[in-house]
Amino acid sequence: MIEADIRVKSFGGAPVLRDIRFRVATGEVLAILGPSGIGKSTLLRIVAGIDSAFEGTVARPERLSMAFQEPTLLPWRTVAENLTLVHPSLGREGAVAALARVGIEDRADLFPRQLSLGQQRRVALARAFAGDPEALILDEPFASLDPATADEMLALTEGLIAGSRPATIFVTHSEPEAARLATRILRLGGRPATIRPDKEAG
Amino acid sequence: MTKAPIHPATIRILSLTALLGLWIIAAAISADATILPQPWALIGPFWKAIQSGTLPWHLWMTLTRVLWAFILAMSLGLLLGLAMGRLPAVDRWLDPWLVVFLNLPALVLIVLCYLWIGLNETAAIAAVTLNKIPSVTTIIREGARALDPGLAAMAAVFRMPPLRRLRHVVLPQLAPFIAAAARSGIAVIWKIVLVVEFLGRSNGIGFQIHLYFQQFDVAMVLVYALSFIAVMLCVEWLILQPFESRVRRWRGA
Ligand SMILES: Nc1ncnc2c1ncn2[C@@H]1O[C@H](COP(=O)(O)OP(=O)(O)OP(=O)(O)O)[C@@H](O)[C@H]1O
Ligand SMILES: [Mg+2]
Repeated sequence: MIEADIRVKSFGGAPVLRDIRFRVATGEVLAILGPSGIGKSTLLRIVAGIDSAFEGTVARPERLSMAFQEPTLLPWRTVAENLTLVHPSLGREGAVAALARVGIEDRADLFPRQLSLGQQRRVALARAFAGDPEALILDEPFASLDPATADEMLALTEGLIAGSRPATIFVTHSEPEAARLATRILRLGGRPATIRPDKEAG
Repeated sequence: MTKAPIHPATIRILSLTALLGLWIIAAAISADATILPQPWALIGPFWKAIQSGTLPWHLWMTLTRVLWAFILAMSLGLLLGLAMGRLPAVDRWLDPWLVVFLNLPALVLIVLCYLWIGLNETAAIAAVTLNKIPSVTTIIREGARALDPGLAAMAAVFRMPPLRRLRHVVLPQLAPFIAAAARSGIAVIWKIVLVVEFLGRSNGIGFQIHLYFQQFDVAMVLVYALSFIAVMLCVEWLILQPFESRVRRWRGA
């Protein structure tokens, strides 16, 4: 379970986020929507524990996985090593199997810069999905993928969430994506960004 | 007609040959073997020095000093550079020291080390190491400042243990800086080692050069100096450059 209570987050004195409070139970999926630059990635970084310079509290489980807005792979290690260095228990076979699930097992021994951006993104997704996370944080995970691949990745994410039931938060700009994957939608708006009442919310 | 690009190794040989040609011309102009002997006039003395075992022995003494000073300066400089690059408080406190030591002439440090520690091996290696640490620190600090915060966040989120983080996340980013520090380090270190030997050791290339300097024997000074330059060129081509291209492999890939 993830529990966030962020009173204020500022950059250089200018507040970016204010009074953002939510809770994501195991197996729940929270989608975060909002215009570019509103503070979605900032919010995810706080929830993941990367950024601790804010007022408020966040409770998160031990095993947390994240797919960043950029692939954030180690360019000097092969694709397979990028998985095994983060999840040593996976082993070489587990890494190749995880890559097979995102459809790029034939790229296991290349370096990340030899992959297209969409392929790198899928490596990052494979890394986030491996290791049986209790919490899953995804920052625009399906951007820069063609519709068919995005659909495949979406199905994969659904399968993972149904299987190990992590508490999931994901940022997206796509309403259909949010509607398909999320059990709840949270809209950010305003400056500083706050939670907007969701009219369509059921 | 298309021009085939010249192989880098060929250029290297041509460039060294040109230097040799310059030497031959200069020697011909001076026409005095006690000032500048012709290159071939060195072959005899060189061969004798090798056969008697003196040249290899002094070469070995200098090489061990270079190696010790190199290892010490690189590891201490790496630690200091990392600390200063990552921790602003450490940087603020140690930066003035760095400036002082960077601007302290090598000779002053050598003389002080000999005066304080004594005319021994420890003082010699300490003097060389202290001379080299500041510049290694400066280069590594630059690298530590440029570490990618995104990768640090990734390593933190996935809770990579510190040693694995150092080896797979931090050191690969520092590798070009380490290579640059090693490259400039080895060149400067061996020059300082010669001065240290010249001033206060009873063996090594620097000591031999001192000896032949007093006898005004230009040929032997050149024999010893060139032998060592040859060894250092081999280190550069056989160890440093292959290491550099290995750590850069993933970039060009
Ligand atoms: N390190 C930082 N220093 C100063 N300002 C920052 C920093 N990081 C983010 N900001 C600012 O905070 C705001 C929110 O940025 P954030 O990256 O969270 O946006 P976002 O909602 O994820 O946008 P996008 O959809 O384009 O990814 C932006 O105005 C940005 O300029
Ligand atoms: Mg963002």
